[in-house]
Amino acid sequence: MLLEIEDVSLLYGRIQALHGISLTVDEGEIVALIGANGAGKSTTMRAISGIRPVASGRIKFAGEDITKLRADLRVRRGLCQAPEGRGIFPGMSVLENLDMGAYTRRDKAGIAQDLARVLELFPRLAERRKQAGGTLSGGEQQMLAVGRALMSRPKLLLLDEPSMGLAPMLIQQIFTIITEINQQGTTILLVEQNAQQALARAHRAYVLETGRIVKSGSGTDLLHDPSVKEAYLGVA
Amino acid sequence: MTTTIDPPERRETAADKLRQGRHAISERWHHAPRWVRWVLLVAVIAFFYALPNKEFYQYLGPIPTPGANFTQVMFTVSIYVLLAVGLNIVVGFAGLLDLGYFGFFAVGAYTVAVLTSPSSDIKTLWPWLLVVPIAIGLTMVSGVMLGTPTLRLRGDYLALVTLGFAEMIRIAAVSSEFLKGQRGFNQIPHPPGQYADGRPWFGVLDARPYYWLVLTLIILVVIGVRNLTHSRVGRAWISIREDEDAAQLMGVPTFKFKLWAFASGAAIAGLAGALFAGKQNFVNSQNFELLNSIIILAAVIFGGSGNIVGAIVGGGLVAYMIERFRGIELFGIELYEYRFLFFGLVLVVMMIFRPQGLIPNRRRAAEFKDRRKEVIVGE
Repeated sequence: MLLEIEDVSLLYGRIQALHGISLTVDEGEIVALIGANGAGKSTTMRAISGIRPVASGRIKFAGEDITKLRADLRVRRGLCQAPEGRGIFPGMSVLENLDMGAYTRRDKAGIAQDLARVLELFPRLAERRKQAGGTLSGGEQQMLAVGRALMSRPKLLLLDEPSMGLAPMLIQQIFTIITEINQQGTTILLVEQNAQQALARAHRAYVLETGRIVKSGSGTDLLHDPSVKEAYLGVA
Repeated sequence: MTTTIDPPERRETAADKLRQGRHAISERWHHAPRWVRWVLLVAVIAFFYALPNKEFYQYLGPIPTPGANFTQVMFTVSIYVLLAVGLNIVVGFAGLLDLGYFGFFAVGAYTVAVLTSPSSDIKTLWPWLLVVPIAIGLTMVSGVMLGTPTLRLRGDYLALVTLGFAEMIRIAAVSSEFLKGQRGFNQIPHPPGQYADGRPWFGVLDARPYYWLVLTLIILVVIGVRNLTHSRVGRAWISIREDEDAAQLMGVPTFKFKLWAFASGAAIAGLAGALFAGKQNFVNSQNFELLNSIIILAAVIFGGSGNIVGAIVGGGLVAYMIERFRGIELFGIELYEYRFLFFGLVLVVMMIFRPQGLIPNRRRAAEFKDRRKEVIVGE
């Protein structure tokens, strides 16, 4: 088990955002976390990456208890999140952003290799390598966030709404890339509102509702589950 | 619904032209051969070393201050420049709003005063040079003490706490028996060194040696800060300033680097305070008004937050302009009395037309070029 979350609760002030969430991610999987706005998807991500402290419960990564570990040290353990939306560095160029992704690494040859790989995955980024991150379009910024997270060569890549605000064609493209990254050996935990795409691509998935996991199963099972269909796929 | 209003076109083009002009200058600078840049840099430095000599500045037209000893003014200006360079690390690089920076200056000055002055209660009477590193160390410690609880928090807490800190230091200076209030500490020793005939290098009358000392230290500090910003530390600072969450998600230990920025900024203020005390020979509670903190912060923003050259120019210009008003009368009004009115006006105008400062940190792109080359080995 690469990632194991046991009964995690999290508070924003007095508001309880997560009520005892448990989930697991196996090595080599794509696991999707779907749910409506405010269900606690991004909060779950923040708990895993360590940006928000959890109130109770345990988080284990590669056999190690990381519940109390600082976020930056989790990155060093191989757990990297591409933040939601515009979590890129706006004043830095595309290359500087990617370079920041490799902040924890010192193996120059390996970094150069990964940079080449990222630029191959995202040719748009290669075209705009010297442009400031803040001047990119929404889709390009999203790609940059994913590419930057890859630069840390993570064991587990956390993707928070990679398709948010993208045109349908770009959504297709970014999910193709996610599958490709996974096939190259990176385990992925994916948070998505675009349940259709996420379930189609994921090996397994969890459905989150008001801070609780209400359903889980294989991607295809959930895709054909009537209640999921009704609630998240817009099919009556 | 509101309809979009076309921007006034004439001003737009004028601003564009200005921007293009500035851009052209910076382009030319960055593409000039290395030796040209060095020659220019050396010329500028030589100019500032020569500046406080009467034989030199009497030919500079309106630059010398009419109402004050120009050499003294230059010393004050140099202290402000040093402070601006230090505060720029905190505000400009790491993006931490420090409203009480002058408090660290006070800690530096008072450390020197207490440990060297005969009017101090503890009567250690140590020489100035020995106390300087102690003063720097103590300000650093006070920076760490102040930063440890506050830098973990986000947002405006730091600004408030630093504001409170500077006031605390000032009030302690005014009311504590140990810090002597208004009476202050006298006979603080000058920096050491003497000429062959026994006259000291650093006397009471001539401010030039102090100015040269500060100028030399500014150059050393700037070299140090530049190296720091070109390193992993600098990258971490910039990433924290741009997006703290994202920085942490990239594995940057944000708290540690914020504390570092805060402590290094404090250390530079401590050094400035020690230099000030060694020159003035006298330190009392009137030297450390809140206004000074505001002036330095304004200077950094005025010059261009995040750019070392901007901080130097901002600190220098602001300190100089304030003194320049001394002794000028207009319609029977002493302009010096209204100096902060003009200062405020200039700031308001700046914030409207050029909020990024005189020399903004667009240069950062160029600074990163080296690292880019490292990364794109295959290109």
